[in-house]
Amino acid sequence: MISALIFLPAAAAIFLLFIPEERARFIKGFSLVFSSLPLFLGLWLLLRFDPTYPLPQFVERARWIGSGLFYHVGADGISLMLLLLTSFLSPLAVASSFNYIKERQKEYYIMLLLLQTGMAGVFAAQNLFLFYIFWEAMLIPMYFLIGIWGGERKLYATVKFVLYTMVGSLLMLVGIIYLWKTSPDHSLYFYNLYSLSIPPGTQILLFLAFALAFAIKVPLFPFHTWLPDAHTEAPTAGSVLLAGVLLKMGGYGFLRLAMPLFPYAFRLFLPYLVVLAIVSIIYGAAMAFVQEDAKRLVAYSSVSHLGVVMLGIFLLSFKSYMGGIYQMLNHGLSTGALFLLIGMLYERTHTRDMGKLGGLAKPLPALAAFLSVTVFSSIGLPGLNGFVGEFLVFLGSFQVSKTAGAFAALGVVLSAVYLLWMYRRVMQGPVKNPAYMDLPKMNLREILIMAPIVVLFFWMGIYPKFFMGKFEKSARFMMEITQQKYKIVSIVEQGGAK
Amino acid sequence: MKALLGLIILFPAFGALFLVLFGRLLSKKLISWLSPSLVGLSFIASLISFFTLKSGTLLYLFPWLSVGNLQVDFALLWDPLSAVMALTVSGVAFLIHIYSVGYMGEDPGFARYFAYLNLFTFSMLLLVLSPNLPMMFVGWEGVGLCSYLLIGFWFEKETAANAGKKAFIVNRVGDFGFLLGIFLLFTILKDLNFSYINSHAQVLSPAMATAVALLLFLGATGKSAQIPLYIWLPDAMEGPTPVSALIHAATMVTAGVYMVSRLFPVYARSGFALDLVAWVGIITAFFAATIALVQNDIKKVLAYSTISQIGYMFAGVGVGAVSAGMFHLFTHAFFKSLLFLAAGSVIHALGTQDMRKMGGLRKEMPVTFWVFLIAALAISGIPGFSGFFSKDEILAQAFAKNRAIWAIGVITAGLTAFYMFRLIFMTFYGKPKGWRHAHESPPVMTVPMIILAFFSVVSGWIFAAFHHFLEGLGYVHLRELAPSAEHILVAVSVSLALIGIGVAWWVYVRRERGFNFGIIYRVLAGKYYVDEFYEVLFVTPYTQGSRAINRYFDKGIIDGAVEGSGKITMEGGRLLSLLQTGLIKDYGLWMAAGVILALTLAIRGLL
Repeated sequence: MISALIFLPAAAAIFLLFIPEERARFIKGFSLVFSSLPLFLGLWLLLRFDPTYPLPQFVERARWIGSGLFYHVGADGISLMLLLLTSFLSPLAVASSFNYIKERQKEYYIMLLLLQTGMAGVFAAQNLFLFYIFWEAMLIPMYFLIGIWGGERKLYATVKFVLYTMVGSLLMLVGIIYLWKTSPDHSLYFYNLYSLSIPPGTQILLFLAFALAFAIKVPLFPFHTWLPDAHTEAPTAGSVLLAGVLLKMGGYGFLRLAMPLFPYAFRLFLPYLVVLAIVSIIYGAAMAFVQEDAKRLVAYSSVSHLGVVMLGIFLLSFKSYMGGIYQMLNHGLSTGALFLLIGMLYERTHTRDMGKLGGLAKPLPALAAFLSVTVFSSIGLPGLNGFVGEFLVFLGSFQVSKTAGAFAALGVVLSAVYLLWMYRRVMQGPVKNPAYMDLPKMNLREILIMAPIVVLFFWMGIYPKFFMGKFEKSARFMMEITQQKYKIVSIVEQGGAK
Repeated sequence: MKALLGLIILFPAFGALFLVLFGRLLSKKLISWLSPSLVGLSFIASLISFFTLKSGTLLYLFPWLSVGNLQVDFALLWDPLSAVMALTVSGVAFLIHIYSVGYMGEDPGFARYFAYLNLFTFSMLLLVLSPNLPMMFVGWEGVGLCSYLLIGFWFEKETAANAGKKAFIVNRVGDFGFLLGIFLLFTILKDLNFSYINSHAQVLSPAMATAVALLLFLGATGKSAQIPLYIWLPDAMEGPTPVSALIHAATMVTAGVYMVSRLFPVYARSGFALDLVAWVGIITAFFAATIALVQNDIKKVLAYSTISQIGYMFAGVGVGAVSAGMFHLFTHAFFKSLLFLAAGSVIHALGTQDMRKMGGLRKEMPVTFWVFLIAALAISGIPGFSGFFSKDEILAQAFAKNRAIWAIGVITAGLTAFYMFRLIFMTFYGKPKGWRHAHESPPVMTVPMIILAFFSVVSGWIFAAFHHFLEGLGYVHLRELAPSAEHILVAVSVSLALIGIGVAWWVYVRRERGFNFGIIYRVLAGKYYVDEFYEVLFVTPYTQGSRAINRYFDKGIIDGAVEGSGKITMEGGRLLSLLQTGLIKDYGLWMAAGVILALTLAIRGLL
């Protein structure tokens, strides 16, 4: 079941190889259907999911390349939520490309579908080897998406993106090989690795290798400069998935791997990590404020928001940890929505330079309404989703360290500053360019893309229990492993979970 | 019957949602019936609740935040404090909805306007009915959002769009404090319900209580436009005038007073916090009144007047007289919203807000004139009118606690009477200046004003019942003063008010033009240059600093290092590639050199 969720898009991509390029309508429709199917599978899994059980469910395991390595996927509550996020955003990304992408359409949708498989695989993988394969595989379609369908400086951006990420992941690979050699069963199964006792000195090296890979992905200050370039140059769908899903892998990697695998080293570096997270919050917000390109602004806002996520996860108070995970989902939705909306604006005005935009709420009232809801979700207005995550992270952090909580909460002010400034420049004021008065209104496809996101904003803001209840147990479990509340002795036999 | 509480917030919530989704499809006529009636129903539900529900009734709806030991429920609380607020809010909101039908009749954003106005009413009612701090914060931010949306309602106007943004951001600074206050309180008490907090205030050490109280109070100074965060309110006058009446005079801006009253036991636990509230209040009252003396924009006078009057409320609560502060909040809601609506009526007729272009409107706009006069007498504290009762109650309580606060309050009362009647004389007396035609507003606007005028008089007469009602909270008590002392105090403040009116009459009716006091005038007209000060202190450094960091650090150093490492690799590769000459003799040479090096090292025992 979960394998189908992962591989259906890839299968569809292979099928598309045999479809002639000219049948663009069919290609679009087909891609949309096959990128949506995983969502339905995911929802079905959600119905069958047992939220009282903290370990991975729906486990599928098969003999693979030997040396103790298996094909091994499954999902605990955290993974399930991230899989749902992936399956939710991917079809929206496909649908958002229908008008935007005019060249080499077939290859484009093939790349998007492959990307979807890669992303889902990262969250479902249950051993480090498979995790690493998906982690790297995902880079390839992203590389092409930015490199072929990107903006003016796409080559610069792709090279930067790929090199940055590779530097991180190569060191991680070394770490993985070490773990494979030292672990008794060579399975690299996460929950078996948690029970390894790795000597402190080795932990430090391994932690640094993993943490670097994940910190680049998050991205934490000062490893963030690939992000604004990649975002600005990527096509809308690329930005949506990059911000919505890919960045979550950094946080996911920390909470699933770097922290619980090397708890001693993690504790050692904790103060620095917390400082980096807080600096990211404030620094990202300050940089976002002075950007001229709307996409760059949102890219820096991601640095700031992911700082909140990481702070919550690092501090290991249950509230902040839950809030951090919730904030990952929130950020995926609200930043995904921001990129979708900016993409829609760009399709109309052909610029993202906020100095040239202005007064667009007049010709585009519906777009303005969607943008304002999204902006307020991102600012963390209570009643919408963002608040729940931020509140929990800040509250939890404050309980651990008043200083950390107070500095982090400055983000509340700063995010309002740059986002309202953006909204002010783009939507309000007099219409800058008379030609803008004739811009086409939002069409039905665009409204249908945005509407489900907005519904989720409210749902997640007003009744968070529905979502949190699903990953509460898994989160507590992961957190307690990291805190070494109990020593796990090869927890479950591989695949012993239901 | 508890379900009534749900109805109070449900009616306007439904209106907002319905108008947001389908507003564009509905006729103006339908909207102008639907939106006000929903608020009217909400008022009726509040009224029935008032007569049927017991104090402390709690309507539990669903769990909102529940993580670990944090349990925040979505629920509604009915007690004397929330009852007073809910009645005031829904009642005044209802009248202003009706007035808006006339005032906004020609506006193309009619549906959007009423959607926001309904949303505001919902959020404000949520704020006052919430039984715990996080939920109050939902309403708190919700009203802030509506304020932002409605100040910037005419978003094509640069000034309006900027004013909305400024209001939200300044309020966010306050909210930063508010949030930290919540966090600190939770860290100590592990519960955020008002009932729990207030009954366990003694658990807080005085230092902690001070910290909590001051952090929360920072939020109050934002929302209620007090020093140091009042700067957004004058700008907020860019919004439509009925909005100024409802949000920026009668209801939202008093939320801070409500919050301090709600958590009074925490403030009382820390004597310092309470004193600070009183002092900030009374200084703001005086400070804003002095600025109001010289404003020529009719709405700006009223805006500074609002800041000043809210200062009185804080002073009242700060000297320990919660019911006096709340009482002034109650009466102020009527006369101040009336002042704004009447000013709106004038603006609607003339199309200008500059009082220097008005004058002589008494005959053309009799209803507006009379209701304006009533409201002005009320705010000036003339006996018999509502403001007299509430303001004198505050001053009397201040006198009993701290004479200095009383003295400033009384002087401010004189200033208030002066600027209010300056406004009346400049607008309604003398000769017409620069306008030809003016006409009285239609009944849809005058009737709500007349109703408010009625309450501006009578709402003062119920003060005894009011105090008695609020005493149901358990922590509201007034100091008793000797009757003789009270009479003297009244005599002092009333004579100062009369002097204020007299001076205004002498200057603006007899003499027909103001004095120019040179530098003092310029400082007041420049609003003490506080905006400029903040600009230099916060806005510019943040902007310029961020720009510099973006250019020199983010692009320069970090990206420089990233690109530098790329360059080093490439250059290194290029240099190494020089070795690859393709000539066998070169390779032989290098090999020989290598062998020799290896041998040398081996001999020396290094390999």
